[in-house]
Amino acid sequence: MSETTTTPAESGRSRTGEDQPLVRAVNVMKSFHGNEVLKGIDLDVHRGEVVCLLGPSGSGKTTFLRCINQLETVDGGRIWVDGDLVGYREEGGHLHHLTDKQVASQRREIGMVFQRFNLFPHMTALENVMEAPVQVKGVARKTAKARAVELLEQVGLGDKPSSYPAQLSGGQQQRVAIARALAMDPKLMLFDEPTSALDPELVGEVLRVMRDLADQGMTMIVVTHEMSFAREVADHVVFMDGGVVVEEGKPKDVIGNPKHERTQSFLKRMRTEHDDNP
Amino acid sequence: MTTPTTEDGPATDDRPGLIQARPVPHPGRWVALAVILVLLAMLVSSFVTNERWNFPKALEIMQQTPVLEGLWKGTIIGTVGAMVIGVVGGVVIAVLRLSSNPILRGVSFVYTWFFRGIPRLVLLAMIGSGVGFLYNRLDFGVPFGQQLASFLGLSSDFTFFTLNVNQFSSTLLAGIIGLGLSEAAYMAEIARAGILSVDKGQGEAAAALGMNRGQAMRRVILPQAMRVIVPPTGNETIAMVKDTSLLSAIPVITELFYQTSAIGNRTLLIMPAFVAVTAWYLIVGSVLMVGQYFLEKRFGRGFGTPSNRRFARPAGAGGA
Repeated sequence: MSETTTTPAESGRSRTGEDQPLVRAVNVMKSFHGNEVLKGIDLDVHRGEVVCLLGPSGSGKTTFLRCINQLETVDGGRIWVDGDLVGYREEGGHLHHLTDKQVASQRREIGMVFQRFNLFPHMTALENVMEAPVQVKGVARKTAKARAVELLEQVGLGDKPSSYPAQLSGGQQQRVAIARALAMDPKLMLFDEPTSALDPELVGEVLRVMRDLADQGMTMIVVTHEMSFAREVADHVVFMDGGVVVEEGKPKDVIGNPKHERTQSFLKRMRTEHDDNP
Repeated sequence: MTTPTTEDGPATDDRPGLIQARPVPHPGRWVALAVILVLLAMLVSSFVTNERWNFPKALEIMQQTPVLEGLWKGTIIGTVGAMVIGVVGGVVIAVLRLSSNPILRGVSFVYTWFFRGIPRLVLLAMIGSGVGFLYNRLDFGVPFGQQLASFLGLSSDFTFFTLNVNQFSSTLLAGIIGLGLSEAAYMAEIARAGILSVDKGQGEAAAALGMNRGQAMRRVILPQAMRVIVPPTGNETIAMVKDTSLLSAIPVITELFYQTSAIGNRTLLIMPAFVAVTAWYLIVGSVLMVGQYFLEKRFGRGFGTPSNRRFARPAGAGGA
């Protein structure tokens, strides 16, 4: 278990090999208008692993997640997904920006679920799920439709294919959003506070779908405030604060028995808030 | 003081039942209605008693062949053509304006600056006579092909197609292109506002699914922007119907107002001619309003119909 992250991890490590992590982030840095949001994040995520990113708001967890599929560009450090450098191509000792087309093709491998769902409001649930396979991968409409029906059933919405997002509850919308991301058969799923915009009684249905997904062996990185989900589902928990990884390890260690004072105070605060408005 | 009554079944206890309240009186409404009815009666009576209105003549003028031809060619085809150029051009210019390429952004800005800055009347007059004077023919081919050919001593001058500007510039098509180019500048601003009105998360969701910019724009952003773009475009279309009367500056005279007022001047039935042209403009405008209603319904899919729900439910609000 690494305690701090200020030391840049040893780079030049072999990127091939059997147990190469699916996601490797080394010394990731990011500033917004001079405000340093990420101050050197290191993270390895192995295949089939569920990693939860915890931490107070403003700690950089969402920014880090968005860097992985290039919704933000990193200022420093490197991220590899499945051995491919994210956003750049290394040639002759120089980094070259990828073209829009190459960036789009890297993102195809990564599913993302947003806090505010971001479903396409002018399409039905089924059309939302079919859209990317048909438009991006060129899958035949018939095949895409069959797969979309299957995925909607998998998230428990087999009866709602022709509903528009505005006709669905928040929990249902988020489950459609998960089905939409899965339709591209991603190697990796990113969840950005998937339950934070939901009414409390709708949180469970979304977490249940995510838990099923984890059981099926999907590699997932989840930014969340749901401590019980992190404790029960995560293989690895990372606690971030102020743009650095403060503490990481097995959930029972980090959540159950935090070493660092900042982790302790955060968890204590979460617990009292949770008691105040369950 | 009356005792509250309940009408649903026997009032077994004294708990309040269905409400049957008296409405708030609105005496002002009745006064306004009376005033308006009196004014309307006066107007109608003047129609009947003042023979100078001469409505039968106005109706006659409305149906004359040159008027109908002017209505069809100049006004209706002119509006449709100019709006097609305007909407397509406007969306393209708006997309350029929002592009990451600084040169395209600059081109878009200059276009809007120029065409929004000059009056349509001046633009059309200029297209009608000025352009033909400056360039009496346009050769389409390899840029600087003629100079190149004479330099190399070739017989071909790399010209594929020649347009006689002097003939073309006074046609209806030239007028339509002029109005369309001008309209594109206004539509660009409307389209830009529409594109910017779409939540940033939509573009991110499209990008996260691996769509490129073009796909995201075409499949996700523009269909949602249309909801914002359609109402002001209806406005622009109705304005364009009226601006086709400027085609006479080209001069294109197969146009509604020119033809009608010509008849009025010739027959000294000036006012009936104005009534006729007013009636035609109102009819065309009304038809367009109906069309706009259906377009708004089409692009409001997933947002509830405009009549019963004005705003989409915020994405976070639940309630199955």
